[in-house]
Amino acid sequence: MKNRNKMPLLAAPYGVWSVAFIVIPLIMILYYGFTSKADGSFTFENIALIAKSDNLKALGLSVVLSLISTVICLLIAYPLALILKALKFKGSSFLIMIIILPMWMNSLLRTIAWQNILENTGILNNILTFFGLPKAHIINTNKAIIIGMVYDFLPFMILPINNVIQKIDDDVINAARDLGANYFQTIIRVILPLSLPGVISGITMVFVPALTTFVISTILGGSKILLIGNVIEQYFQYIYNWNAGSGLSLVLMVFIFISMALVNKYDKEDEVSAAF
Amino acid sequence: MAKRFFMKLYVALVVIFLYAPIAVLIVLSFNASKSRAKWGGFTTDWYTRLFSNAGIMDAFKNTIIIALISAVVATILGTAASIGMNRMKRLPKTVMLGITNIPMLNADIVTGISLMLLFIAFKIGLGFKAVLISHITFNIPYVILSVMPKLRQTSRARYEAALDLGAKPAYAFFKVVLPDIMPGVISGFILAFTMSIDDFIITYFTRGTQVDTLSTKIYSEVRKGIKPEMYALSTLLFVTVLVLLVIVNRRNAYLEEKQKKKI
Repeated sequence: MKNRNKMPLLAAPYGVWSVAFIVIPLIMILYYGFTSKADGSFTFENIALIAKSDNLKALGLSVVLSLISTVICLLIAYPLALILKALKFKGSSFLIMIIILPMWMNSLLRTIAWQNILENTGILNNILTFFGLPKAHIINTNKAIIIGMVYDFLPFMILPINNVIQKIDDDVINAARDLGANYFQTIIRVILPLSLPGVISGITMVFVPALTTFVISTILGGSKILLIGNVIEQYFQYIYNWNAGSGLSLVLMVFIFISMALVNKYDKEDEVSAAF
Repeated sequence: MAKRFFMKLYVALVVIFLYAPIAVLIVLSFNASKSRAKWGGFTTDWYTRLFSNAGIMDAFKNTIIIALISAVVATILGTAASIGMNRMKRLPKTVMLGITNIPMLNADIVTGISLMLLFIAFKIGLGFKAVLISHITFNIPYVILSVMPKLRQTSRARYEAALDLGAKPAYAFFKVVLPDIMPGVISGFILAFTMSIDDFIITYFTRGTQVDTLSTKIYSEVRKGIKPEMYALSTLLFVTVLVLLVIVNRRNAYLEEKQKKKI
């Protein structure tokens, strides 16, 4: 019996590790965020930096662009998952592999490739001119950043949604149809509620990285468009004001905590996160 | 019939969207012109020059070593932690799972910054060691979330039966528990390895000035232009993974066929 009670001890090394490298680092951000760079005294001035008009503008733009990208990802991913279920495609695990495979090409390079596609003399505009259509000016605008966000994070929307939708029992859907629900009623009244945990998980997995990215805006937005991620990066890597950077990170974490609360509410069995 | 056609068309469009940039990168790796914007004719030069480019080969070596070590360590720590947590009482289990969720749900930039502050404050310093510790840290949750569901499916009774039949706990673990959860352990390892290879943000904040991985090297070249050797290397990597996936897929399909015939 003795040995059996010792089992939880196996988690001890990870317990120590997670305190040292997950919990304490977060406390460090709290510490830096609430202390002054000059004399280390307690202050709210780092947090208050978010109210500076440039920073507020960057945060606002980040929220808007990441919300738009999240909605677009959802609009692409949800029908895809429904279709994959409807097609009863034999190699659906193979198809999922096809969706994961691009992640093996460096994500920065894939984003850079979008420069080639979206540039004023790029592939897209060549195609448009070929068909006699007017050129589209996309690169270095918000549109380019949205395309980059949707591209980079779409797999994180597809996988959890697909995961829950494939698990929905066909009998449940057939029962709804037998009871007189049409196709759209079945989707809205039966499939949608059942797939909600996957949708929530997908939304947070797209929204959080999109909200906080500085890479996509650097590559596809030229250096003109600043997102909140760019502002924080600058404080750390160029201005060397860690207190200010930490203060702004704490503001970002408010959004992240909301996401975590949402996930915890819907993700009781943590099966959804297991898709990753 | 038309409906099925449109459904397949939709899937095809999503796949094209996902693969268009990859096609661009593969084409660029054969472009004789050094500029990304011009096509200068077909060449395989970048593939031969790649191996004499010390900077890229060094970054590649770092990327692979960090991914391999961090994935192995994360798999061992994460699997042990899962088994331990599975037997915990409700409260400590919830707390630990909650902490595990933090690196997954938190923004990479916050995780990267928090670790950077820690390494500097506790005089561990930035560099290879810091990057490795960071990668292990963000990899463990992926292992735990792959192993936990498998553990829940396995019956505790089999392990206890092995003990009752006289097996030592370690022997019972390797003979009874591990084979059951192996698929979860393997997918956790692959996931951890993939996440580590593709990470940029956390590496960027913890690498200091000396260590470069492929991601950080690419980022430093964004403004002055990517070296075409980089396109060649990523094409090689991509093709390698593609071939491996096809082989694994074929093998699985073959094994399934065989299984069916037996029944």
